[in-house]
Amino acid sequence: MGELTNPMVSQDGIPVWRHVGTTPVTANAMERQQVVVVGGGPVGLTLALDLGRRGIPVTVVNRLDFVAAGSKAICFSKRTLDIWHRLGVGEAMVAKGVAWSCGKVFWGDSSEPIFGFDLESVKQQRMPGFINLQQYYVEDILLQALESMPLVRIRWGHEVTGVEPDDEGVSVRVKTTNGEEYDLETDWLVACDGGRSPVRTMLGLDFQGRVFEDNFLIADIRIKNERPSERWFWFDPPFNPGQSALYHRQPDNVWRLDFQLGWDIDREASVRPENVEPLIRAMLGDEVEFEPEWYSVYTFQCRRMERFVHGRVIFAGDSAHLVSPFGARGCNGGVADADNLGWKLEQVLRGLAKAALLESYNTEAVATAEENIRNSSRSTDFMTPKTPAAAALRDAVLELARDHEFCRPFVNSGRLSTAVAYPATPLSTPDRPGEIWDSPIAPGTAALDAPTDQGFLLDLLGNSFALLVNGDVQCVSADISIIRLHEVGDPEGLVRQRYDLRPGSAYLIRPDQYVAARWREPTAAGVSAAMSRGLGVD
Amino acid sequence: MACNTKPNIASPDDFYAALVQMYDGLDDAACMRANARLILLLANHVGDERVLREAVDLAARPENC
Repeated sequence: MGELTNPMVSQDGIPVWRHVGTTPVTANAMERQQVVVVGGGPVGLTLALDLGRRGIPVTVVNRLDFVAAGSKAICFSKRTLDIWHRLGVGEAMVAKGVAWSCGKVFWGDSSEPIFGFDLESVKQQRMPGFINLQQYYVEDILLQALESMPLVRIRWGHEVTGVEPDDEGVSVRVKTTNGEEYDLETDWLVACDGGRSPVRTMLGLDFQGRVFEDNFLIADIRIKNERPSERWFWFDPPFNPGQSALYHRQPDNVWRLDFQLGWDIDREASVRPENVEPLIRAMLGDEVEFEPEWYSVYTFQCRRMERFVHGRVIFAGDSAHLVSPFGARGCNGGVADADNLGWKLEQVLRGLAKAALLESYNTEAVATAEENIRNSSRSTDFMTPKTPAAAALRDAVLELARDHEFCRPFVNSGRLSTAVAYPATPLSTPDRPGEIWDSPIAPGTAALDAPTDQGFLLDLLGNSFALLVNGDVQCVSADISIIRLHEVGDPEGLVRQRYDLRPGSAYLIRPDQYVAARWREPTAAGVSAAMSRGLGVD
Repeated sequence: MACNTKPNIASPDDFYAALVQMYDGLDDAACMRANARLILLLANHVGDERVLREAVDLAARPENC
């Protein structure tokens, strides 16, 4: 991995991190595929890696023939790291990333924060609360893992120019950067092709939502001075009056500075160094020594497709939903889609589940997108009040938050991404009425990590259905791996505590490490029925 | 109805006077801010989300009071 100082720029003006080159069109390029993933970003590559590890061949069709640089996703949640760890790349991400969980909030002229926070409320888990890592490193780590996986082929510089779905599959027209054209057929096509999704456009599908009339300047800069790895957020600071600002550390001493600019601005002038650099110095102090990496201006929208599953074409990531960057819910939301879809597609391709299981992807991924859009819209409304009364309320919150703890939970500088629960998913078997569980890890909730004598619990859960049991259970299907608490050990009692796993109790956990069901008195028939339900069988 | 809309304050005139006095010497913007601070303090003291939501609904549509 190289260092980015003066990035090359592609013909379309996209900064290049690493050139790969166009994949030649071979004689078997037109062979029918089981899964074609359109787009080689973090979402498409995560899905390809998950499917490849499950033994499903995947062809990734990537319009670009390079890994892009520039200012893209940087902040990855514990849930995303847990997913990547399941896929064997979590440790590489953490090793390169900057772990953080603390932040500070500033308001107005004062150089003292009004308060600080720590997002990592539950300690003793394998993965940190968050890491910051440039998207090009994320993609490079995923690509490196895919190199040793012959089942996954990436076609660089191949652009999808036509899609024709029918009941059995999808016909895809592809054009390479060399101008060659060919057609291929696939059983399933997953569009991970970004917010302006060409696949979505070609199919004429909806993308409804809210446009926020605001511009934000991102300055990714390399700083020589040492600073703490914390997320700092300013409301109405003297260096950007009436607006907000944010900074965040990335690897290689690169810092992301984000300045709200307002709506009526000259976007081209805003990114000129003579306009950006005074802002940087006003934020960080005149003595700061820095080199620019990339300056850009962005606007954002909160939008989503009504449905993410359209017959044989499935949408994941930005192609299906867009949010503001505050809260790191874009890329993390997309990785959650890939995680939710991978095992379901495998089950359907192996004939172990019907297409109904994919309908649950639609239900659950839409629920995730709705929660992300709701949080993202609320953050934006807090940062940019729409009326004088809303502004007075917002300022009163910030004013009281300094001295009164009760007001701090109202302060919204972005609600950072966590695993979304699906309380209404059809795949869950609800708790029996009257059963009391002193644990929030209810059916439809992501499993929580905890240490055991054999390593962290999430590692033991693996990639298939698992039954976590305190005691034993008779005659369970061979498709379920059984984790007996007395065998794996619970040295600090945290598994028992976090899951309220009293003797005799059991949790059935899905291949994406979401809880499907739990029992105080599990039976083989009950587990079997919950597993069928978890596979979308009525 | 979770939100108590029956008389509940022992000395209403004293409290009303204190409320009006809060605005003394403040311009409109400062009054709006003081109102906001007061709402936040009282809302947190009440805490019960059913009461708070009912109160917000009643405040938004006083004809329903």
